[in-house]
Amino acid sequence: MRKVVRGFYAIAEAVRLSKPNVIAAYPITPQTEIVENLAEMYANGELGDAEYVTAESEFGAASMVLGASAAGARAFTATSSQGLLLMSEVLYNAAGMRLPIVLVIANRSVSAPLSIWNDIQDSISIRDAGIIQLYVESNQEAHDMIPLAFKVAENRDVLLPFMVCVDGFKLTHAYEPVDLLDQETVDKFLPPYNPVVKLDVNNPVAMGCYAPPPYYMEFRVAMEYAMERASKVMLQEFKKWYKLTGRDWGGHVVAENCEDAEVVVVAMGSVVPLVREVISRMRQDGKRVGMLKIRTYRPFPSREIRKALKNAGKIIVIERALSIGAEPPVTADVKSALFGLNSEVYPVVTGLGGRDIPRELVERIIEDVMKGKIKPEKRYEGLNEFEEVIP
Amino acid sequence: MNYFGPGHGACPGCGFPIAIRGAIEVLDGKVIAVNSTGCLEIVSSMYGRNTWGVPYIHSLFENAGAVAAGIETALRAMKRNNEAHVVVFAGDGATFDIGIGTLSGMMDRDHNVIYICYDNEAYQNTGNQQSMATPPGANTTTTPVGKLKPGKTGRKKDMVEIAVAHGVPYAASASIAYPKDFQRKVKRAAEFEGSKYIQVHAPCVTGWGIDGKLTVEVSKLAVETGLYPLVEYEYGKLVKVKKLKQRKPVEEYLKIQRRFRHLFKHEMGKEILEQLQKIADENAEKYGLDA
Repeated sequence: MRKVVRGFYAIAEAVRLSKPNVIAAYPITPQTEIVENLAEMYANGELGDAEYVTAESEFGAASMVLGASAAGARAFTATSSQGLLLMSEVLYNAAGMRLPIVLVIANRSVSAPLSIWNDIQDSISIRDAGIIQLYVESNQEAHDMIPLAFKVAENRDVLLPFMVCVDGFKLTHAYEPVDLLDQETVDKFLPPYNPVVKLDVNNPVAMGCYAPPPYYMEFRVAMEYAMERASKVMLQEFKKWYKLTGRDWGGHVVAENCEDAEVVVVAMGSVVPLVREVISRMRQDGKRVGMLKIRTYRPFPSREIRKALKNAGKIIVIERALSIGAEPPVTADVKSALFGLNSEVYPVVTGLGGRDIPRELVERIIEDVMKGKIKPEKRYEGLNEFEEVIP
Repeated sequence: MNYFGPGHGACPGCGFPIAIRGAIEVLDGKVIAVNSTGCLEIVSSMYGRNTWGVPYIHSLFENAGAVAAGIETALRAMKRNNEAHVVVFAGDGATFDIGIGTLSGMMDRDHNVIYICYDNEAYQNTGNQQSMATPPGANTTTTPVGKLKPGKTGRKKDMVEIAVAHGVPYAASASIAYPKDFQRKVKRAAEFEGSKYIQVHAPCVTGWGIDGKLTVEVSKLAVETGLYPLVEYEYGKLVKVKKLKQRKPVEEYLKIQRRFRHLFKHEMGKEILEQLQKIADENAEKYGLDA
């Protein structure tokens, strides 16, 4: 059913349709409305047998979904920014324990300075935890990827947490038309969770054992193998999703107008539709430009990126997070995917802390790169002139 | 059925195995054990050498309360809540200090969990660093005795009262020196719906500096001196107290432990000894310990 809804509702509704057993969460802007919607559904008896719990902190919420998942439940939580950082110890642990928790991150910048506005520094900062990360461009994509996240995470070949990253405010609070799924469709796609092991008095197992040096490394490398398998499982599930709903979100990446492009813009998240529009206008003017949308950030789709960008001499990466003191994160990964090719990569850091990314900015960068006016090195766009105050 | 061990690596004379075994036995093995990082976890759950006969989970140092809450919620959601008691076994560092937030959340939401804190009065797994459960005067590696310092200064936090303040249906203190009393309390706790808190005094032979064979004797003296009163609350009401026929002076408990030995020589020792006796006297007064 197509309805104009806000992002947080589209997300909450998809969670409801995925029939979780346990939802534990803690409010934080801009995620709050997601769990508020779920709390309302719970209060009205619309979540079936699911239990909804408000935790004492994000740390507690993450620990609760960890415990619930270990007991064999399908478990969900959502957070943003500081909340995600507070959860991070638990999330590394949950990934290591191979618990298929699903999270939605309403992406928000991190403090200091305090800012409730959007960039993707929060989720990018825990990219090494062993959690699948998928970034969406619209609320329809967010809505669709939630049942898929559960299915992939719970796959026996995967068993890793799955994080659906949705830009805070820009998507979570935006009204968009969304084809809302119905229960029958979701049930067809997502079977009930059947855990491989769970806490069960009739079949006691020990979970979360400690591993001295003769054992530890194998557990961690096994997570790498699982992540590699996740890559294949995701592609299969993307296809099944297309077959079921008629909505084709593509693979780990979506290459648009890249075949003959001289300049390709790499983008992730809500900035994608803007870049797409700019590219399509420039194409009308006969300019050979393209866009590569990265959907899956972990496992990082190096092969797909290399394939899509092999003909593009110049690659602009829109960066909405930093790795302070090093190459911006997406650029570093894209460059490693392109290693040995003769491409020039232009990292453009912009939009931090909710700063607007105007269309003119994207157009100008592309023009400048085409004309060879700027160098392939890190630059900050939309940055005001400022004086560093060194006390 | 061995619910805990054999094969665990606790020191000879370690206090907590008495409590762990006793608790699981009295609950007929119908237990899902949630364990915080600490000595118990290290001695019982190495990969390939798990000594637990019941389902067991260890996540982190500071989240046992929330993990247990999550398990309990999941069992309820999946209509499996009659399968087992969710029982936390956590040390005093995990309970009094780093994990008090998740424990408070668990008790506030009144999850149906029995939370058992084995209290050995310091971070003993890592070699005797002070916790908020460390009594005044104790020599620990982070409150060492020096020319200017007589060991830990400041009181031991009263976690039983903190549990009671949450409005939990049941809270009690216990001691491994009185295993039947401890087991009775665990059984009683299991009769209530909601969060239950039991704190069991369990000596650490290395951290306290005692002979392994004196474990029970030492913990008994803690009770008999009034330093570790055995009390029991139901719905916030003090329902039972272990009375003492002839309360012993605190020195009897302190002098046989290396962690307190300096108090009898140190310049500030006398003051601390007086403070400890005062705490025992106050306990006696507060709980009516003297028979």
